[in-house]
Amino acid sequence: MISLDRLARRRVWNTVAMAGAGLCAAVALVSLLAVLVWLGGKGIPALDLAFFTELPKPVGEPGGGMANAIAGTLIVLGIACAIAVPVGMGAGVYLAEYGRNRLGGVVRFTCDVLTGVPSIAVGIYVYILMVLTSKQFSALAGGVSLAVIMLPIVTRSTEEMLRLVPVSLREAGLALGAPHWRVVTGVVLHTARGGLITGGLVALARVAGETAPLLFTAFNNRYWSASLDQPIATLPVQIFTYAIAPFDDWHRQAWAGALVLVGMVLIISIIARLIGRQAGTGAWR
Amino acid sequence: MSGETMGQEAAAVASLGITASATGNASRAEETAGEAVAGGIAVERLAAWFGRNRILADINLNMPPRSITAIIGPSGCGKSTFIRCLNRLHELVPGARVEGRVWLNGAEIYGPRVDPVQVRRRVGMVFQKPNPFPTMSIFDNVVAGMRFGSRRLSRQETRDVVERSLRQAALWDEVKDRLRAPATSLSGGQQQRLCIARALAVEPEVLLLDEPASALDPLSTLKIEELLAQIKMSYAIVIVTHNMQQAARVSEQTAFFLNGELVEQGPTQELFTRPRDRRTEDYITGRFG
Ligand SMILES: Nc1ncnc2c1ncn2[C@@H]1O[C@H](COP(=O)(O)OP(=O)(O)OP(=O)(O)O)[C@@H](O)[C@H]1O
Ligand SMILES: [Mg+2]
Repeated sequence: MISLDRLARRRVWNTVAMAGAGLCAAVALVSLLAVLVWLGGKGIPALDLAFFTELPKPVGEPGGGMANAIAGTLIVLGIACAIAVPVGMGAGVYLAEYGRNRLGGVVRFTCDVLTGVPSIAVGIYVYILMVLTSKQFSALAGGVSLAVIMLPIVTRSTEEMLRLVPVSLREAGLALGAPHWRVVTGVVLHTARGGLITGGLVALARVAGETAPLLFTAFNNRYWSASLDQPIATLPVQIFTYAIAPFDDWHRQAWAGALVLVGMVLIISIIARLIGRQAGTGAWR
Repeated sequence: MSGETMGQEAAAVASLGITASATGNASRAEETAGEAVAGGIAVERLAAWFGRNRILADINLNMPPRSITAIIGPSGCGKSTFIRCLNRLHELVPGARVEGRVWLNGAEIYGPRVDPVQVRRRVGMVFQKPNPFPTMSIFDNVVAGMRFGSRRLSRQETRDVVERSLRQAALWDEVKDRLRAPATSLSGGQQQRLCIARALAVEPEVLLLDEPASALDPLSTLKIEELLAQIKMSYAIVIVTHNMQQAARVSEQTAFFLNGELVEQGPTQELFTRPRDRRTEDYITGRFG
């Protein structure tokens, strides 16, 4: 039998533990909200149409915008996706479908290590590999460095998503006389597509704000540039440049840039959530 | 054979005639039917392993065309493993192994140069749990096998195949107005009949059914049994069932498995009324299993 005394003590502990956990959740939420509110407070006043449409002005001239950096970010992220999504998905399919061997284990381990490599190290690696050899900072090098960071994330999330597809569906395909590769493309990838898109978007959101690797690779550009072998402006690098400069006007623009960047990441994350939720209900009913 | 069975056969022939003219492709339907009835599947000294556990030992059984063979036996005795050996699905489980011979229409399916994919095209299977492709529509589920097999059909031919298969599976009337709806919008019994239609659409020679009615209500079960009686003229059908009334109702031949062994086989009537083995008698009278 439990005495009343012990029961009361348990109740107290229960309340204390719950309050503690609640407090931690509140701290996490409040600090996140504080960042967003502060960013909004500093960034929104500096946002105007010119920010989205104009090039940066020379030092001392007020006004101007980050139009080239916004476009540059989209270009570099596009390059990164164009490389990391197909390669990562292919590697994920390999791991999930044929990776029950030594090579699979090595690839899996490499991915996990690569996920933990600091992004600045990736930047230096691509710098040595591409920038030093071509003696040229370039949009392509920037895209490649972000792709290297995305690659292990896309690979492992693809593998996980494919493993979630029930064996019974694979067997249904095989029993119809479909070759293995046809079951993979026609059934497995098809069934997992929501999760695959979500995985790609999560990786994209993860690299959208990366600054360090871009400093070594894409560098920066004060003008419009759409050529892949030229340095290109990106939002994170532009924010970094403006934030460490001693001009008030540049600081204001850095806040606006940070707000726009966070907004982009937020939109990517929300889309990923929505697709993930749909996939979650659709595939399992 | 009883008069009732003869009646069913006549009905089956009639229904074949109707579908053939409905598809507007009578010659091909007859041709395939002629090809299919020549088939049949037989196993000789079949043994199967999961890792080091021998699940089946020394099975010898002939499953002739134009008839239904029922496989009965207690849970875990190896019935599913047995029929999964007949379409080379068993060997796909890591560590699983098959020994012995399986003859499909006179040719060995475990021969050295045989492609398992080709075998599975000729031996269709319906699983215990309905498993339609969840991201595909009803229509796409039925034609999935043909698309996977990269058989090129015109739109009209494709539509004909879908209608014929769904009619055979007794599902056409329920879904004809919503062929583009997702397969997951169907009830469990409808999904199972969809899986049967999907298997029939590729025109196999042998049809394996692993407890196809175990998750179904009596009405859906009845529909599936009627369907089997109708289509058995064109296939060799092997059905695993826990339901002995069902085995007695639908099959010509019954095989009783116990602990991975084929204890007894024979004409269904005989096996149920005059079992030769004590263990068979115990099982069918419900003393164990
Ligand atoms: N993937 C597997 N790995 C290892 N052993 C397995 C596997 N699948 C089945 N077995 C074993 O093989 C034996 C036969 O299984 P099987 O599924 O063929 O039985 P069954 O007769 O179909 O039973 P049920 O009537 O319950 O479906 C069982 O003892 C089971 O434990
Ligand atoms: Mg079974």
